[in-house]
Amino acid sequence: MSDLVAQVLAGQRRAIARAISLVENDGAQAQATLAALHPHTGRAHVVGVTGPPGSGKSTLVNALALHFRRGDEEQMPRTVGILAVDPTSPFSGGAILGDRIRMRDLAGDAGIFIRSMASRGNLGGLAWATADAVKVLDAAGFDLVIVETVGAGQAEVDIARAAHTTVVVEVPGLGDDVQAIKAGILEIADVFAVNKADLEGVDHAVMALRMMLDLDTRTGQSVMHHGRLMEVAAGADAQPGAAPQSEEEQATAPWRPPIVKTVATRREGILELAAAILAHRAHLEESGMLARRQRARAAAELETIIQQESLRRVLARTDPGELETLLERIARRDLDPYAAAQELLGSPQTP
Amino acid sequence: MTDKKIRVLVAKPGLDGHDRGAKVIARALRDAGMEVVYTGIRQTPEMIAEAALQEDVDVIGMSILSGAHMALFPKVMELLRENGMDDVLVVAGGIIPDEDVPTLNEMGIEGIFGPGTPTETIVGFIRENVS
Repeated sequence: MSDLVAQVLAGQRRAIARAISLVENDGAQAQATLAALHPHTGRAHVVGVTGPPGSGKSTLVNALALHFRRGDEEQMPRTVGILAVDPTSPFSGGAILGDRIRMRDLAGDAGIFIRSMASRGNLGGLAWATADAVKVLDAAGFDLVIVETVGAGQAEVDIARAAHTTVVVEVPGLGDDVQAIKAGILEIADVFAVNKADLEGVDHAVMALRMMLDLDTRTGQSVMHHGRLMEVAAGADAQPGAAPQSEEEQATAPWRPPIVKTVATRREGILELAAAILAHRAHLEESGMLARRQRARAAAELETIIQQESLRRVLARTDPGELETLLERIARRDLDPYAAAQELLGSPQTP
Repeated sequence: MTDKKIRVLVAKPGLDGHDRGAKVIARALRDAGMEVVYTGIRQTPEMIAEAALQEDVDVIGMSILSGAHMALFPKVMELLRENGMDDVLVVAGGIIPDEDVPTLNEMGIEGIFGPGTPTETIVGFIRENVS
């Protein structure tokens, strides 16, 4: 075992920082390091926090981390690793990583480790190396790893594959109930946090989310009526005559994402948000979803590694001049890119 | 896909809240292709050293206008040494009188850039001196 791996497993902070740099820069030892860390991963609960720019993700992560560090009557204090991703400039390749500004309350705590990551051209809301950085923090023994994504709009859904529990942060005033049923980011939520809940329109935002969830389970409680969103009192859940669910049904019942109102700057609603995150973890374990998600994640990860490795191998054995010629022919419409790819990949017999 | 980027921590130690200069520098370094961890105002030396360690930066840039540099900079340098981070390039800016420069240089603060320094000078200095 390399010194670096041993030091990461012992929780040495400088080693953790260096290991993350190593996987970020995809250095020669990155694969070997990750391979050695792999058996020691899988213990941490990985929580994703995503939402639009300026919705208060960093402030929420700060408040959540403080809460988890302290623990409460029901929960043990937990150590927390944080990965905060900000966008890389498509023009200069540089980045301003500013999430630490909102996390200054966490300074000086040995049970916290914060690392900022630039997205480096990846478009799904994370950096290529985020999942590997999660592994480093997991292997280093952090109980909880919180991943804050790039400010995300509608389609940045990579976090759902990287996290066990995804918190989608919304704020009042962002859109109507049609926004809420569009595909994408709202679909990946395991928990909703409606932050800045002291702003006007918070009830409407909560209701729009609730309506979206109700459409999903066909128990409509909120309806659009003459262009106004109204709550209908007698929803299916509230009907006195509705048959109570059997115990088995309850055990296998799908998870309905709770909606928690928060004011992160005043730390309001944080207890409830933390409880919802832990309840989701418990649900994953009890329902067998955790094992299924781990397997799906392993499949996605293996696929990505194979893709990257195949690309690397093909490029490594291809003469740059030959590649240039192929590109030129594709650009001239002399050759199609599919045939070119087949040619580069070679027949199955070639090494 | 993954090149080694220069990572810079930009921090404002001390109690003055004027961070426009620090933001201008952060932006210039970003435009020069560097990854800038911006930590904001009122950072203690402990916070700066801790952030530099966790972020595994190559460079620390500190800006100070309050006059407390001779108290705060040595503390940062001491903490960096304790953490085994002597290899990090440390540069400073803000209001730093000429007579303090030799002492700071001796301490290991290699680049000191006062008001009016073109940002290209700072970018160039970092590119040349980062280990």
